[in-house]
Amino acid sequence: MSALRKSSPLAVTGKYLALAFYLTFALFPLYWLAKIAVTPDKLIFSEGTAMVPSSFTFENFRTVLIATDFLSYFKNSLIVSLGTAAITTCVAAAAGYAFSRFDFRGKRLVIALMLITQMFPLLMIIAPIYKIVAAVGLLNSLTSLIIVYTAFNVPFATFLMQSFFDGIPKDLEEAGMIDGCTRFEALRKIILPLTLPGLGATLGFIFTAAWSELLFALMLINSNDTMTFPVGLLTFVSKFSVDWGQMMAAGVLALVPSCLFFIFIQRYLVQGLTSGAVKG
Amino acid sequence: MARIELQSIAKSYGSVEVLRDINLTIEDGEFIVLVGPSGCGKSTLLRMIAGLEPISGGEFTIDGRRMNEVPPRDRDMAMVFQSYALYPHMDVARNMGFSLEIRKAAAEDRQSKIQGAAKTLGLTGLKERLPKQLSGGQRQRVAMGRAIVRDPSAFLFDEPLSNLDAALRVEMRLEIARLHQRLEATMIYVTHDQVEALTLADRIVVLNGGDIQQVGTPLDLYERPANKFVAQFIGSPTMNVLRAEAKGDSIALSGGTRIQVEGDVPASGVSELGIRPEHIHVAGSEAAQFSGRAELVEHLGSDTNIHVQVDGIGPFLVREHGHVPVNTGDEVGLFIDPEKVHLFAEDGRSLR
Ligand SMILES: Nc1ncnc2c1ncn2[C@@H]1O[C@H](COP(=O)(O)OP(=O)(O)O)[C@@H](O)[C@H]1O
Ligand SMILES: [Mg+2]
Repeated sequence: MSALRKSSPLAVTGKYLALAFYLTFALFPLYWLAKIAVTPDKLIFSEGTAMVPSSFTFENFRTVLIATDFLSYFKNSLIVSLGTAAITTCVAAAAGYAFSRFDFRGKRLVIALMLITQMFPLLMIIAPIYKIVAAVGLLNSLTSLIIVYTAFNVPFATFLMQSFFDGIPKDLEEAGMIDGCTRFEALRKIILPLTLPGLGATLGFIFTAAWSELLFALMLINSNDTMTFPVGLLTFVSKFSVDWGQMMAAGVLALVPSCLFFIFIQRYLVQGLTSGAVKG
Repeated sequence: MARIELQSIAKSYGSVEVLRDINLTIEDGEFIVLVGPSGCGKSTLLRMIAGLEPISGGEFTIDGRRMNEVPPRDRDMAMVFQSYALYPHMDVARNMGFSLEIRKAAAEDRQSKIQGAAKTLGLTGLKERLPKQLSGGQRQRVAMGRAIVRDPSAFLFDEPLSNLDAALRVEMRLEIARLHQRLEATMIYVTHDQVEALTLADRIVVLNGGDIQQVGTPLDLYERPANKFVAQFIGSPTMNVLRAEAKGDSIALSGGTRIQVEGDVPASGVSELGIRPEHIHVAGSEAAQFSGRAELVEHLGSDTNIHVQVDGIGPFLVREHGHVPVNTGDEVGLFIDPEKVHLFAEDGRSLR
């Protein structure tokens, strides 16, 4: 109803000012990233603090794409992130559905255990994880990253999916079952289409988390062939200098998949897909 | 076509007993209404019949075939949910035809059945709409359409009208009654509203606290309630109940007032007297058995409700037909119709 209330012009202005401030704050680093990426190398230090560089170049992008291993890092990151997002979302959707719809012995225990896994600081468990991965011979493999990321993301993703399933009335499945579906058919034909926003959100969230993960990637990978993007980015830092222009250009390119991903799923993120199901 | 039989049906959640020893036979084509206060287990019973809730004990049969373990899809029953439970991502036509779609009915057969139901329910122009583009009343009709399309052996309704406004509720009630006449299918209808129960039912089942209180026709329940609970639950406004004692062939109220009743008075065990508001009358001083002060008078046009406070006896509600010239604060004489008196024992059992 607040949308209907007439707000004073002052309040509206204030609201937009606050939004503008927030946006500036949040987006400025991105702007800076893009700015440095297109600034010619020789100008980086001379006019380092200027808001707009005096000349533009795409040389950095060309170098990054052609002369470095960027494409290989990019591909590795894509494999790891997509793999993690897909596996995590499948597991989380199944677990979230079970938590939302069924009562079974040990349910509270499983939930408690899942919460506990989220309580430890990563630094504390990184050494044991390293030992385990080494012991099974998975060091320097993308598989190890997918497994570790999936393990770390499943609990949160499960709670996320559970809340989406909780938002879908139980009556709908029951109506489906009375209409002639098995429970699984009801899940597939009625619940699944309604959980698409939830699946999209979970996929996006996990994808982004895996895409930008550095700590485990640094620990578990040190061969250049299997480096993911965040690790690869560090190769632009050499002992004697930092290649800012190329690093920023690589950073800009790294944003592309996340942006594409969210553009693709954002239509599923709109709320209100279930509206009209019950009374109203 | 279905004759539904419940034998000693029980339901518990863990150690909580929700329903006990429910015995009921529903004849083919009968309209049965399960009525009772909120939380008495009506929905649970209906859901057990539908197959959505496991049965903890007893046997449930349809036409003699045991159904306890049969999944909902094989029970050939349609259900209308209180929340309607329309599939939000399907349009009206697909919502109504979904059961046929699942059963892989031929497309033209499906179309003609959807068309038929849409026509019956006045939904013809809305077939391409999504549920969220419909009003509450239209959603309710779609939910009914979904049931009709299937031509099931029994219809189950769980408080289907409780989300509608009063005018629409009356209209839909008539429509459901008409539907029952036309389809002659077995219908089981859950409501907490005794007016819906009285107007729709062939037989009413009154539930309270997990037990069946009484099964009977609307008139049975109104005239011969089995106990005080049924007496007060059925009929509106609620029956007046007063402390009372048997004194020979008459009944003494707590103020010492004696009421003559028609027929026998049980010699002992009488603890309360019940009289419906429509069976007490405002009377002149010579006919009045006792009198009190009118605390509130409601002129409804067709009826007048008079709330009377009688010293030593308590508050009474009196309902007179038409307009009665009584005003708040007036002293009114009252006369109890001796033929219509109900007597209850200490445990609430009806004695007459
Ligand atoms: N899943 C459940 N677990 C425990 N108790 C339940 C459950 N479902 C219903 N109950 C209890 O069963 C009783 C009957 O519920 P219900 O059949 O929904 O009542 P109503 O007559 O209002 O439809 C209530 O007291 C309710 O608390
Ligand atoms: Mg209920």
